Amino acid sequence: MTAREESDRRKFILRMARGAGIAALGGFVWSAYVDEVTASQLLLRPPGAIKEEDFLKTCVKCGLCVEACPYDTLLLAKPGDHKPLGTPYFIPRDIPCYMCPDIPCVPVCPTGALDEASVTTDGKLDINIAEMGLAVIDRETCIAFWGIQCDACYRACPILGQAISVEYHKNERTGKHAYLTPVVHADACTGCGLCEKACVTEKPAIFILPKEVAMGKAGNYYIKGWDKKDEKRLENAQEIKSTTEISKESAVDSLNSDKGLY
Amino acid sequence: MKTLWNKYRYLFFRRTTQVGLLFLYFGANAWGWTALMGNLSSSSLFGIIPLSDPYAALQMLAAGAVLAVDLVVGALIITVFYFVVGGRAFCSWVCPVNLITDAAAFLRRKIKVDDFAKKQPATRNLRYWVLGLSLIISFAMGVTAFEFVSPISMLHRGIIFGMGFGWAAVLIIFNFDLLVLKNGWCGHICPLGGFYSLVGKYSLVRVHHTQENCTLCMKCKVVCPEQQVLYMIGKETMPVLSGECTNCARCIEVCDDDALNFSIRDLIKNNKSGE
Repeated sequence: MTAREESDRRKFILRMARGAGIAALGGFVWSAYVDEVTASQLLLRPPGAIKEEDFLKTCVKCGLCVEACPYDTLLLAKPGDHKPLGTPYFIPRDIPCYMCPDIPCVPVCPTGALDEASVTTDGKLDINIAEMGLAVIDRETCIAFWGIQCDACYRACPILGQAISVEYHKNERTGKHAYLTPVVHADACTGCGLCEKACVTEKPAIFILPKEVAMGKAGNYYIKGWDKKDEKRLENAQEIKSTTEISKESAVDSLNSDKGLY
Repeated sequence: MKTLWNKYRYLFFRRTTQVGLLFLYFGANAWGWTALMGNLSSSSLFGIIPLSDPYAALQMLAAGAVLAVDLVVGALIITVFYFVVGGRAFCSWVCPVNLITDAAAFLRRKIKVDDFAKKQPATRNLRYWVLGLSLIISFAMGVTAFEFVSPISMLHRGIIFGMGFGWAAVLIIFNFDLLVLKNGWCGHICPLGGFYSLVGKYSLVRVHHTQENCTLCMKCKVVCPEQQVLYMIGKETMPVLSGECTNCARCIEVCDDDALNFSIRDLIKNNKSGE
């Protein structure tokens, strides 16, 4: 083998290695950046939006929903908004979703990131089943909980009486007045944000959070035995036996054992 | 006046198309026009015909998204269109970043940056690597990788829906092209350009070079943003066959000797066989 051939091969290998190195470097920086910019959790999507994880891969960022919105509610995330770039969202305190019955923003979506089926009941568009978020009340700053009469959110709610109702309690401090306090019902609330917009406090005491953020999850271990529908979850249940350090023995043996006492 | 028109006619048409499209898109958001709604990622023509970025669709596919019918139809229409007129006709006739990089290239020629920056430190094949990488990242991360960093979308969306910090991306590209790498963004890095280079590989509309007319003035090579596609200048009569040609037609305009013209690929073949 001549020296020149060898140096050619060396150069080739070196170039390949350099290319791979640059690709890996670029790839990692790029991935890290994309991971970072898509991590935003506190984001309210238009009605009918599919799960956030799927939304990020399905939304093509065309802005057709934004253009369809007659109230200029929807915005496209700009660089500097600290939200997944180019995806639609809204800020209810600025402009809430006015829940148009014909939901113009959803059918225009070319990718199905806004899913028409998820806001359709019996073949008809139905904005009342949208799940954009959930209204959450801060009882400390809501003046109705202080005893001051205010039902701004209750009056503003487009599903008045169902998504927000008002409860009465006796005001023990004065002994002769009533508290009229708002309660949000998660099964009816669409997260439109009209309550947040209407709230009279300096920073709203009722505000919309994404449902996954606002709600907990009971999981599979707890079932409402008194609820026929919930009981159905048990139908296909299978016994799962797990063994831990304690459950290896029978319960009685385990309790009577003096292991670990001395 | 006539010569001025001859020198800049295609440039005039290109700028008119670019700005006109931007205006239609802008009007859709600002004043509710329905001619062309959306943006370059996906649009609706007259509210009926879907148009979609096929490269975005490809990334969605890699990310594991379920592709909707509208999106697939839109992407097919666009692919077929650019397959015929030359893939990178998108770059020079539609893409708003072209306005930025052309300005940078113009200024770069004026202030003669290339006199002291003779060496081009990067390969133009970089764009195909970026293209591949974008699909790998889309697949691995489950998001459309390029769409979240694309300065094209940033600028285009910015013009229609509000700029935010998008101007920074524009500034970076301008400076990069002006001072760091000649035709840096459009000619080396942009994976969308790489994608359309592949789409336009067999397109029908081509720039054709007639060697007998050529006086070797090389004005065409000076203005060309993809000089490597003009390797045949003064050597051989043939069409520019590389998909990397953007069909911008600047070479045709600057040629004083009628050595460059548009042609249709198949007609040339017939002419040749007729000879």
